[in-house]
Amino acid sequence: MRIIDREDIIKSVERLCIDTNCILNDDIIKSFDSFIEKEASPIAAGILRDLKKNGEAAKKRMMPICQDTGMAVVFIEIGQEVYVDGSLEEAINEGVRRGYINGYLRKSVVYDPVIQRINTKDNTPAIIHYNIVKGDKLKITVAPKGFGSENMSRIHMLKPSEGRKGVIDCILKTIDEAGPNPCPPMIVGIGIGGNFEYSAYLAKKALLRPIGQYSEKAYLREIEEEVIKKANNLGIGPQGLGGTTTILWAAAEDYPTHIAGMPVAVNISCHVTRHGEVTI
Amino acid sequence: MEISLKTPVTREMARKLRAGDRVKISGIIYTARDAAHKRMLENREKDGFPIDLKDSVIYFAGPSPAKPGEAVGSIGPTTSYRMDSYSPDMIKYGETVMIGKGKRSSEVVEAMKKYGAVYIGAIGGAGALLASHVEKCRVAAYEDLGAEAIHELVVKDFPGIVIIDSEGNNLYETEYLKYRRND
Ligand code: SF4
Repeated sequence: MRIIDREDIIKSVERLCIDTNCILNDDIIKSFDSFIEKEASPIAAGILRDLKKNGEAAKKRMMPICQDTGMAVVFIEIGQEVYVDGSLEEAINEGVRRGYINGYLRKSVVYDPVIQRINTKDNTPAIIHYNIVKGDKLKITVAPKGFGSENMSRIHMLKPSEGRKGVIDCILKTIDEAGPNPCPPMIVGIGIGGNFEYSAYLAKKALLRPIGQYSEKAYLREIEEEVIKKANNLGIGPQGLGGTTTILWAAAEDYPTHIAGMPVAVNISCHVTRHGEVTI
Repeated sequence: MEISLKTPVTREMARKLRAGDRVKISGIIYTARDAAHKRMLENREKDGFPIDLKDSVIYFAGPSPAKPGEAVGSIGPTTSYRMDSYSPDMIKYGETVMIGKGKRSSEVVEAMKKYGAVYIGAIGGAGALLASHVEKCRVAAYEDLGAEAIHELVVKDFPGIVIIDSEGNNLYETEYLKYRRND
């Protein structure tokens, strides 16, 4: 058994909340460069250059890349041999609290979703996904997610007979309907199979994969490639003002499903797809 | 065309702007998101408006908190359709320019045509870059709403592009078709 100190968890989560919100990951910056080169619309290329500049400005001033610093989504992989000194959940939320307060991040969480909608003032609670794995390590991934793009996400409960074409079509339809709303260029997470809620979880998890790293499963890679190509032929372009850069990337994850179903979740994200991890 | 737009913006000025014009806005503008819109319109008869809506520029945005020594935090646009149910009334009561991102409803466009107003897009996700065009920021009303409070901003050359003009021309309907391919 290995004991992990609560304070280490808090500090890690705090740091990750701040860093992911202020520093655009390298894979995204690199992909801007390659899309700027290929972009058919000069206005669109200009917008992409501005987004790159925005990333640079944010890093330099340690200011959030985007004012919507999101709801903190936290993935935990905890080894079976780990003992956390105190409540893990409380430690994560304390880390989020400190990160959003000390990092001057925007607090965007409300207690009651329907009637009062009163701000919790410290961006807690986080959305936490736990996974118990072998070993004595604790891996923490923080992925703050904005809601301009979250609101454009959809789950499609397809019939198995709709097959591969049904999968591609519903993903493209989701992207097309999102249009200018999620600050394109988008990054698209896709979860196929499982059930209703698990497909959504997979789609969210797919957003953690770096741009350029296709699925190891051949059929998923083909779906990813086809979605990237066809989505960029939709014409939406950066900010919806037309162009050949509508999505920077699409990543798909799958899981076995029921004989009667074929769920496909599409988690729309924007160029500010934030994620960072540490292993303690 | 690139146009320097000084606020306040009269209905005549708004009517001259065309979809596709690039604008640089200077002067006072106000931020308001759904919660502030809702409260303003619900309390109108009782309290009047907390800001002068006549010829006003309303930016759909909620900044991240300013660090010590900075005028404002990151401040990009929020998705505008959440304001669609409020905007026709806001336009009726004097708003002439809306700044946001994303599609608008036909009711909003009809009100823009009727009264003379425009919808300007700011680059969504470029909150740090846009912050460099904000010289001053203070809370003008509804402090309890936090990021959703109405902030009065003094901006200089704040960049945007006219997406929908007062004739109903709409870049979101025309531009994507130029690059759309069916293969
Ligand atoms: S969709 Fe992304 S870039 Fe746009 S406002 Fe939301 S978090 Fe920011």
